[in-house]
Amino acid sequence: MTEPATVAIDGNLDRATTQGLWATLRGRIQFWVSIVLLAILAVIAAIPGVISGFFGESDPRACDLLDSNRPPGPGHPFGTDVQGCDVLANVLFGTRTSLFIGLATTVMCLVIAIALGTLAGYLGKWVDALIARSADIVLGFPFLLGAIIVLNTAPDRSPLLLSAVLAFFSWPTFARLIRSSVKEVREREFVQAAHAMGFSQIRVVLSHVLPNSLAPTLAIAATMVGGVIGAEATLTFLGVGLVPPTISWGVQLSTAQSYFQLAPNTVVFPSIFLTITVISLIMLGDALRDALDPRGRS
Amino acid sequence: MIRFVSRRLLELVIVFFGVTFVIYCAVFVLPGDPIAALGGERPLPESVQQQLRTQYGLDLPLWQQYLNYLGGLAHGDLGTTFTGQSVSEQMASRWPTTITLALTAWTLTVVISIALGLAAGLRQGSVVDRTVLLGTIIAESVPIFVMGITAQYIFGINLGWTPIAGVADGWPRAYILPALIIAIYGLAGVSRLMRGSVVDTMQSDFVRTLKAKGMSRRNIVGVHVMRNAAAPVVNVLAIQLGGLLGGTVVIEAIFNLNGVGQLLYKAIQDQQGTLVVGVATTLVFIFLITNVIVDVVTSVLDPRIRND
Repeated sequence: MTEPATVAIDGNLDRATTQGLWATLRGRIQFWVSIVLLAILAVIAAIPGVISGFFGESDPRACDLLDSNRPPGPGHPFGTDVQGCDVLANVLFGTRTSLFIGLATTVMCLVIAIALGTLAGYLGKWVDALIARSADIVLGFPFLLGAIIVLNTAPDRSPLLLSAVLAFFSWPTFARLIRSSVKEVREREFVQAAHAMGFSQIRVVLSHVLPNSLAPTLAIAATMVGGVIGAEATLTFLGVGLVPPTISWGVQLSTAQSYFQLAPNTVVFPSIFLTITVISLIMLGDALRDALDPRGRS
Repeated sequence: MIRFVSRRLLELVIVFFGVTFVIYCAVFVLPGDPIAALGGERPLPESVQQQLRTQYGLDLPLWQQYLNYLGGLAHGDLGTTFTGQSVSEQMASRWPTTITLALTAWTLTVVISIALGLAAGLRQGSVVDRTVLLGTIIAESVPIFVMGITAQYIFGINLGWTPIAGVADGWPRAYILPALIIAIYGLAGVSRLMRGSVVDTMQSDFVRTLKAKGMSRRNIVGVHVMRNAAAPVVNVLAIQLGGLLGGTVVIEAIFNLNGVGQLLYKAIQDQQGTLVVGVATTLVFIFLITNVIVDVVTSVLDPRIRND
């Protein structure tokens, strides 16, 4: 094992730490496996039609009802679904939707969490109390149930709306994390020095406090992308997530569930893609967290 | 202790009002007209719509509607469905199934994750430890409904070990597979925490002293390591109750168990808005109250928590 990145515990991402982190990550199979898988998925999400066309049908919406629920065969490597649409094309196009929702949710969530967490940690007093209570309220909802209540009444459930709802129910965990590291960094000498030099509050926060408080957050963010993708599929499966004509693994699976015995291929392939995506993101997050916090490693 | 409990209750009250307000806004303030939607493709006559609005109080100002809603909740009234049945009555007959399922799942989570955590933690760095770690990562990654339909297919349809769906076979046969899936899903967090706690305790000074005094390994693990792990594990189990409640919805829908979760699922499918909100709200309240109870229990187990 190479030298652990001990400095990173307090969230300080200077050059030496980054190198130490990299050295730790480089030696981990878990890290490389997830990076390679995610790279492949990213390519699929970028050009699903081209890849799918290479194996047969390139259009997920070109369906032939006469070819309903066929097992895998020539022209349709993953078979066809109940509408006679190519399962492979749908799975590949679904990658785009899932990655979009995962990333969009995480970005929205981080923006809210960084803003509120920094305000709470930096200003303290009543701002801190107000944000802490709001976080308590949001955390009062079990994850899926909160989303079910809100999405149930939403008239038009687009991927973006789904992301916004999922972000709304997931910011508190991050905000708390950022708040505590901002609070800690705030007291350090270099921040006090920046104040003493007469920099404005905003400048101190943006260029001194924040960059030094973000490291632990990024590790959890990777895990979160995975969790969100799973949550989208689950919500869609329950009937409060995405709806056709949006193409997603959740939509495919909720349709295919009724035909499991008749056409197992329509369930198996989207499930495999979904699971691999979530596993690689969670493994990546796990590797990052481990590298950042040497105390937690085996 | 009294101070801790009362502070916790005060927090509960604040969260309660916040949560009800969010639910209320989500349901009644967001766009979308439930009365207009009632008629489906063919709109109801304006006079009928107007009468229904008055009947359900939808023509009152917002603050008054919110107060009515809170007043109803105070009497345990979760509203009526648009077909006129009481939401609480709809739920009443379904609790036994859900409680049985949840308790079975929770017990399985506790037993399996403590066993895994001990096995991994006592042999830190070994093959067992790594297998457990990898296994828990995979278990927490597979979405619960994928695990559900796959297990249903393999064990119910192909192997015929468990009933495919329904509760006709009673406990444990009808419940074991669904409960196991919910348990597997919650396993990762608890077993890792248990492992960490075991590793920490085994390396601590007092355990070294106990070893030096000649206490058997069995007693050290059974009494001291287990006790030290108890507080954080109970705490995480409580946090996971949220996941458990969400999990029962998915699993009851897949295995067609006639519990509260399935009621929620059916209500979503039939677009019974008030029923969805009533059931989900109840589950949220259960979650909130259990969290308070568990906080008190943990503070008894580990007095340091009280002084936070």
